[in-house]
Amino acid sequence: MATIELSGICHRYPGTPDFALQPTDVTCEDGQTYALLGPSGCGKTTLLGTISGLLRPAAGRVLFDGRDVTQLETRQRNVAQVFQFPVVYDTMSVYDNLAFPLRNRWLAPQDVDERVRAIAVLLDLDTDLKRRARGLPADAKQRVALGRGLVREDVAAVLLDEPLTAVDPKTKWELRSKLREVHAELAPTLIYVTHDQNEALTVADRVFVMNAGRIVQEGTPQELFEHPAHTFVARFIGSPGMNIVACELAGASVRVAGRAFSLNERAAALGARGSAELGVRPELARLGEQAVPDSHAARVVRVEDFGRHRIVTVDLGGERFAVKVADGLLPREGTSLWLSLPAEHIRLFANGEALR
Amino acid sequence: MSPHAKPRNERAWFLVLPVCVLVAFNALIPLMTVVNYSVQDIVSPDQRVFVGWEWFKSVLRDPELHAAFGRQVLFSVVVLAIELPLGLSVALCLPRGPGGSTWQASLCTVLIAMPLLVPWNVVGTIWQVFARTDIGLGGAVLTKLGVDYNYALDPVHAWGTVVVMDVWHWTPLVVLLCYAGLRAIPETYYGAAAVDGASRWAVFRYIELPRLSGVLTIGVLLRFMDSFVIYTEPFVLTGGGPGSSTTFLSQHLSTLAVGQFDLGRASAFSLIYFLPILIVCYVFYTLMTREERS
Repeated sequence: MATIELSGICHRYPGTPDFALQPTDVTCEDGQTYALLGPSGCGKTTLLGTISGLLRPAAGRVLFDGRDVTQLETRQRNVAQVFQFPVVYDTMSVYDNLAFPLRNRWLAPQDVDERVRAIAVLLDLDTDLKRRARGLPADAKQRVALGRGLVREDVAAVLLDEPLTAVDPKTKWELRSKLREVHAELAPTLIYVTHDQNEALTVADRVFVMNAGRIVQEGTPQELFEHPAHTFVARFIGSPGMNIVACELAGASVRVAGRAFSLNERAAALGARGSAELGVRPELARLGEQAVPDSHAARVVRVEDFGRHRIVTVDLGGERFAVKVADGLLPREGTSLWLSLPAEHIRLFANGEALR
Repeated sequence: MSPHAKPRNERAWFLVLPVCVLVAFNALIPLMTVVNYSVQDIVSPDQRVFVGWEWFKSVLRDPELHAAFGRQVLFSVVVLAIELPLGLSVALCLPRGPGGSTWQASLCTVLIAMPLLVPWNVVGTIWQVFARTDIGLGGAVLTKLGVDYNYALDPVHAWGTVVVMDVWHWTPLVVLLCYAGLRAIPETYYGAAAVDGASRWAVFRYIELPRLSGVLTIGVLLRFMDSFVIYTEPFVLTGGGPGSSTTFLSQHLSTLAVGQFDLGRASAFSLIYFLPILIVCYVFYTLMTREERS
C-alpha cells in the first residue's frame, strides 16, 4: 500500500483540442478510500488511467510513496484496477483467474493457493472456484475481477473504474457493502471512480468532485453536502441538487426577487453587498401553510410524489425553489405556501465560488 | 374457438415461397437429378437401365478414386496447417491503434486482401507464369539459386507449387477474419492484462486465442470446404499432372462427368464426394452452436 501523489498531471487525447484533464494535483493517503465523482466525460477515468499507467500523461509526475513512476509501464507499477465491464479470462476457472496476477509474478504455489482461498472466502467465491469463469453471471464476474485486484498483497492502490455499472441494483448494494467489508479487512488505498453520488458518498472517506477536466472540490461527503465550494458541486451533489437563485446581498440580509431573508452571523460578518447567488438545500428549506417570521408567500408550480416524500417546486417572484416535504403537507399546484429559508442553511456564491 | 385464441393466418407461407423456389432450383432439383442419374446406366437420352447400387460399388472400388481422395485429404490438411497459423500470425502483426483504424491498418488490409480479388483461373495463370523457369520470377530465381526446379516434371515440385499458390490465394481470408476478430476485443481486456502483469504470450493464450475461437472455427470450415473442392487453380496450373500427382477429387469427377460423359458413375461419385463435406460441416456447426450456448 502506498500514498499516491499526482503533481501537475494533465492529459489530452490525440486529435482533440481540449485537455481531457487539466493540470491537477491530487494526494491519496495510504489506506484511505477516495472517490472521484463527476458527470460523464469530466476526466475521472483519464485521471485513473494516469495512476494505473494505462495512459501516459502529457505532463506532470506520478509518485508512489515519493517514488517517481511516471515513466513506468502498468505492469511495473504494481497497481490493481477493476474496470467498468467485468473482465474475466473466459477459458480459465475462477481459481485460475484469481491466481493469474500472482502466477504472473512468480509467487510460490503454496502462497498463491493461500491468497486465492482467502480472497475467495472474502468475496463469496469459495464455492465457485472450480467453475469456468465464462458461465458466471455478471455480478460474479465482477467479483472475480475485484478478487484479481485484491489478491495481491503488495499493490500500491486498488483502482475501481465504475465497477458497479454492469450489475443490477440489488447486487450493486451487496457488492458495495462487500467492498467496504474488504476495505476494513485489507485496508488498501482505494480510488473509486463513479458518476453516482450515492456510490461515492457511501464508499469513500473523501470525495474529489470533478468537472470539465478539473477537481472542483475535495472533501468528506458531509462537507460536500453542507459546504459546497462551487455552484457545480452544490447542484451535482444531492437529489435534487441545491437550489441556486440570483440574490441581492445587503449586509445582514439577502433579497431574492425583492423578498428579504435574514442571514446568520457568519454570513452577515462577510459584509458582502451587491449581486450574488443564494443556495439552499431542498431538504433544508421549509414550506408551511401559516406565515412565520421571515417567510414569504410562494406559488406551488409542481408537486412530484416519491412515495416517502414529495418534492414541491415553488415560484417566488420568478425564482424557483425545490423543497423536499416529508410530513402531512399536501400542497396543490397553483396554491400559495409560505417559504422560509433557515439562516444557518443559506449558502452564498459569487461567480460560482462559495463566499466564505 | 375460445375468444383468446390467436387468429390464424396461413397467408404468411406465401412469404416463404420465394426461398422455397430458390432452394428447389438451386439445390434440391439438381441434387435429386444427380441421385436419379446415380442409379441408372444412361446409354443415350432415351435408353436408360436401372442398375441400383452398382455405380456406388464400382466407384468405391476404384483405385484411382482412392488415390485422388488421399491426395485431396492431404492437400486440405497441409493448406489448413499452413494457412491458419500463418494468417493468425500476420493478423497479430497488423497495427491495431486504440480507438479506430489508422491509415496504416487500412492500407495493410487492402494490400493483403488483393489475392482474394483475383479470379480463380487468373490465379492459376499468374502462378503458371510465375513458376516458369525461363521468364517466371519464382521459377527463374529458384533456377538461379541452383535448384533443379520444374513443376511440370517433378511431382514434389508440382505439389509444392500448388500448395504455395493456395497459401498465397487464401491466407488473406484467414488474416482478415482474425484481424476482424482481434479488432473486436475491447481495449479493457488488454488494460486488465497489463494490470495483472500478463506476458505477451499470456495475453495471446488467455485473451486473444479464446476470443478468436469463433472466427478461427469459421476459418477452418471455409478453408476446409474450399480446399476440399478445389478445382480451377491446379487445373490451370498443372492440369492435374505430372501424371495424376495433382489430380484432386473435383478434377477426377469432371473428367468422369464431362470428359468421359459417364453420368451414372460421375453421379455416384459426386454423392460420395458430398458425404465428407456434409459430415465435417455438421461437426463444426454443432461445435460452434454449442460454444454459443454455453
